[in-house]
Amino acid sequence: MVAQNVFFAILAILMIVSALKVVTTKNIVHAALWLVLVLAGVAGQFLLLGAEFVGVTQILVYIGAVIVLLLFGVMLTKASIGHEENINMPNRVLPAVIGTLMFAVMSYSIIDSYRGEELPKETVTSAAMVSDSIFSDFIIPFEAVSVLLLAALIGAVVIARKEPA
Amino acid sequence: MIELLALNPSWWQETFLIKVPIGLLAVLLPAGTIVYLYLFKAISFMQSRLGPMEAGPYGSLQLLAEVGKWLQKEDIFPSKADKFVFAAAPFVVLMSTFLLVVVLPAGPDALFVDLDAGIYLAMAVSSVSVIGILMAGWSSANKYSLLGGIRAAGQLIAYELPLILAVVGVVIQAGTMNMQGIVLAQAEGEIFGWGGIGNPFILTQFIGFFIFMIAVQAELTQAPFDMPVAESELVTGYLTEYSGIRFLLFFIGEFASAGVFSAIAAVLFFGGWYVPGIDAGSQVFNVIGPLVLATKTMLIAFLIFWFRFTFPRFREDQLQRLAWKFLIPLSLANIAITGVLKVAV
Repeated sequence: MVAQNVFFAILAILMIVSALKVVTTKNIVHAALWLVLVLAGVAGQFLLLGAEFVGVTQILVYIGAVIVLLLFGVMLTKASIGHEENINMPNRVLPAVIGTLMFAVMSYSIIDSYRGEELPKETVTSAAMVSDSIFSDFIIPFEAVSVLLLAALIGAVVIARKEPA
Repeated sequence: MIELLALNPSWWQETFLIKVPIGLLAVLLPAGTIVYLYLFKAISFMQSRLGPMEAGPYGSLQLLAEVGKWLQKEDIFPSKADKFVFAAAPFVVLMSTFLLVVVLPAGPDALFVDLDAGIYLAMAVSSVSVIGILMAGWSSANKYSLLGGIRAAGQLIAYELPLILAVVGVVIQAGTMNMQGIVLAQAEGEIFGWGGIGNPFILTQFIGFFIFMIAVQAELTQAPFDMPVAESELVTGYLTEYSGIRFLLFFIGEFASAGVFSAIAAVLFFGGWYVPGIDAGSQVFNVIGPLVLATKTMLIAFLIFWFRFTFPRFREDQLQRLAWKFLIPLSLANIAITGVLKVAV
């Protein structure tokens, strides 16, 4: 467990520094690349908890797809090298309030639900266990999310499509 | 494997003294072999010429000469480049290749890690290399590089889907995502009750193999999918500003991933380290398994380079149409049929 705590600390520091860099850097592509490190840190944390399938999914979906699409979009539209002006939002009070509130709510819910309870040692969740719980206990949320994603996909196609003249 | 040699190394000894050097060899040896055998020699014979002949017997040391040449070159940065991102990009690409080899099994005990979601991890880390390519294209401060990077990203996003969907058919049939489990499922399988050669999934998943190889060709940006580095349009795309050791790293990454993807194809569709006639649990496979896997890998890699040397380059719209309108529907149909047959038979 000591090794896990050490690696948790390393990953957590990496994630915090990278997350601060995401919002303070003066270049939009650099922000996206720092975000890669944050998301890789999340994947590492999942692996430390033995959630192998979730950790790999984190890499595949967030690093391999979301960030790539983000970079792709940024590079297609504007992506100058060096410092950019007006990249930061002028109003900083509202995001700070929202961020603090989110942090408070999440810390409260995590502390409240695991109050003093220790996770069992050496638990590796296999992909079979994940799929069993998705397709039995969580089948309705899973299907609802699928339909939501399908609707979003169709919506994107409708918005992007040019009407034939 | 390690137990056989009566050693009892600690975790870090096993990792850094045994697994890391073997992993480096497992990536670099096939890459070197592929470059010499196929890129230097096979293409030359197909084009009625001899290829390199001077360095070593039949030019076999040509690659070492090339590496020596690259290592000596000056490390050049374009003056307007984003230096850190420019320098880091080849390492991101190379890292994704080296992580791929981690899941490959080469024998019953000869493996790096036995991950439950092995093939899924391979698919996930292979998608990370796109970020390295985008970094290279953007940080070079060169419009040809940027265009090449964007083309590469568009292509890799499009072909990642058929690649993963083609693997799903194999996973359904094997009933596991563990690479070792996939090998054993083929070794212990039976063809209509006859277990003479096991059941290599190429027989039942040939549509999956077909899609997988096309998608790998595109993922590796080998011709006919080499628009990102189209030399007649974009100089060499995202590689334009790279020279010396950084170009060498990209070069290694390209051919090492060709080797690793061929090895993954060998595991998924040709039974990996298994050869018929020997019991799959036998310790013999710890010794001959790596050789068997390497042979299968090289035969599949030949396919990749045969296509590379044979077909002319696609147009960008043809490339996207092939992925989205042909390969993805076909692979979804393959998954549906495999799923139905898995339950019904």
